[in-house]
Amino acid sequence: MMPDVRGLRQGKACGLCCTRIENFSVTLNHVEILRNVNLHIHCGELTALIGPNGGGKTTLLRAMLDEIPHRGNIRFLDAKGHRSGKPLIGYVPQRLNFDSGAPVSVRDLFAASRSRIPVWFAHSHRLVQQARDGLAHFQAEKLLNRRVGDLSGGELQRVLMALALEPLPDLLLMDEPVAGVDHKGMELFYRLVADLRQHYDLAVILVSHDLDLVARYADRVVYLNKTVQCTGKPAEVFENRNVVQALSVGQWDAALVNRQFPQNGGVTQQ
Amino acid sequence: MTFWHVVIQHILPFEWAQPMFMKNALLAILLLTPIFGLLGTMVVNWRMAFFSDAIGHSALTGIAIGVIFGFADPLWAMIIFAVVLAIAISLVRNLTNAATDTIIGVFSAAAVALGIVILSQGGGFAKYSRFLIGDFLSISPREVGLLALVFCGVLIFWIVIYNRLLLVSISPSLARSRGINIQKMEIVFTVVMAVIVTVSIQWVGILIINSLLVIPAAAARNIANDVRQYHIVSVLITLLAGITGLIGSYYWGTATGATIVLFAVFIYLLTLFCRFRFG
Repeated sequence: MMPDVRGLRQGKACGLCCTRIENFSVTLNHVEILRNVNLHIHCGELTALIGPNGGGKTTLLRAMLDEIPHRGNIRFLDAKGHRSGKPLIGYVPQRLNFDSGAPVSVRDLFAASRSRIPVWFAHSHRLVQQARDGLAHFQAEKLLNRRVGDLSGGELQRVLMALALEPLPDLLLMDEPVAGVDHKGMELFYRLVADLRQHYDLAVILVSHDLDLVARYADRVVYLNKTVQCTGKPAEVFENRNVVQALSVGQWDAALVNRQFPQNGGVTQQ
Repeated sequence: MTFWHVVIQHILPFEWAQPMFMKNALLAILLLTPIFGLLGTMVVNWRMAFFSDAIGHSALTGIAIGVIFGFADPLWAMIIFAVVLAIAISLVRNLTNAATDTIIGVFSAAAVALGIVILSQGGGFAKYSRFLIGDFLSISPREVGLLALVFCGVLIFWIVIYNRLLLVSISPSLARSRGINIQKMEIVFTVVMAVIVTVSIQWVGILIINSLLVIPAAAARNIANDVRQYHIVSVLITLLAGITGLIGSYYWGTATGATIVLFAVFIYLLTLFCRFRFG
């Protein structure tokens, strides 16, 4: 029987364990996509990854997941020094690549991820209960027996988030939902993510495009364009002249005009 | 085998079950079609219909290679060639940006052309045409034994690896974040498919083997809601189509494999109707 990790670690994040990304570089087909990315991420923090398209946001996520070849290290340090090494990474994919006709239920998805008992044969009652509890956190327990292909964009997002928390990761990587989610849905999504990092002992890295919401919900913003150009509190990053100039699109103006940020403090620039 | 023959004699006192070859064929179908039902569910999930078709066609080249080296039974040459082809396709697919169906098309065409060129040398292709249509009724007791072994192998494989295959089919990124080696899964699955398709090709036939893999699963998708129903329905459909096809081919004097496929198509149409009517 595995111990219930959630019971142990649920509760406010200690804010002391951290994940360090050291000198991440990615070169694909002789094109340098990322160069010497260094990041230091604390649990209990929501870090928004912003930057232009092609700036390497998704590539960084994929490199952290070991999906593409890269140089550099990723290290996790536990607050009490009990555990170090590779962090346990949870991932919430932006979309699933299977067709909606596939007869796979949410319950199958959870069971296949968590157990070796073939899902066509049987489901462990304990795991089903765990999945139901996990989904309940996102008000999604009613979705347990639905076909994954029949879920709406928002429902799928919630299911995938619940799934990514089993087992509870040190670091949760996610993409902001793209098409098919309206502004209200987006706001809900951000609130959910912000909630997550408060109620679970983990750090969240979110690839974002909606700067208005980033400004309101993120603890930290990383502006990524080939490397970390600028990082700090949202207010600090959005005040940074280079960032403003680099991406002077309408969205940015909206984010800046609507908000009075305090004068910036310790913006790190590289 | 004798035991099986006696059992059949008692529980199926019908005319079609009397000849020895029908008893053998029935056992072969009971062993083979569930395998196709199981693997088919994943072939359809992974959208690999074209791939399994290519593997089926590559059997021609396997036979040709067997002929060149003078093997009496080309089965091993066929299996080795199919496995090599399967691995080559997976590797090339991961190394290049070309669309998967293009790569498979190239490999498949190359394999078929090579096979035909070698086998047709001197105008002797006709004697290999039995592989195109297949002959279930020619199955020997020794081959039924081989099928039983394959059946157990696939079942164990399916128990050990299924969950991981399913996750990869749903989302490679998700699977990888859970520590699953995607390339390994892909290769293992394609190799198992290559072996199954090749072993059964002499009975089912190159031309229709792929439909036996795809149609029952496609039909099951129309009415199943989760993985378990998907499996049960798919296996039941292959069994039903297999048995009715065997009996039908006996009375009509037709090729068994093709008759089975026709019954499978009929069931597919029924499920499609169910889906539109009740789904």
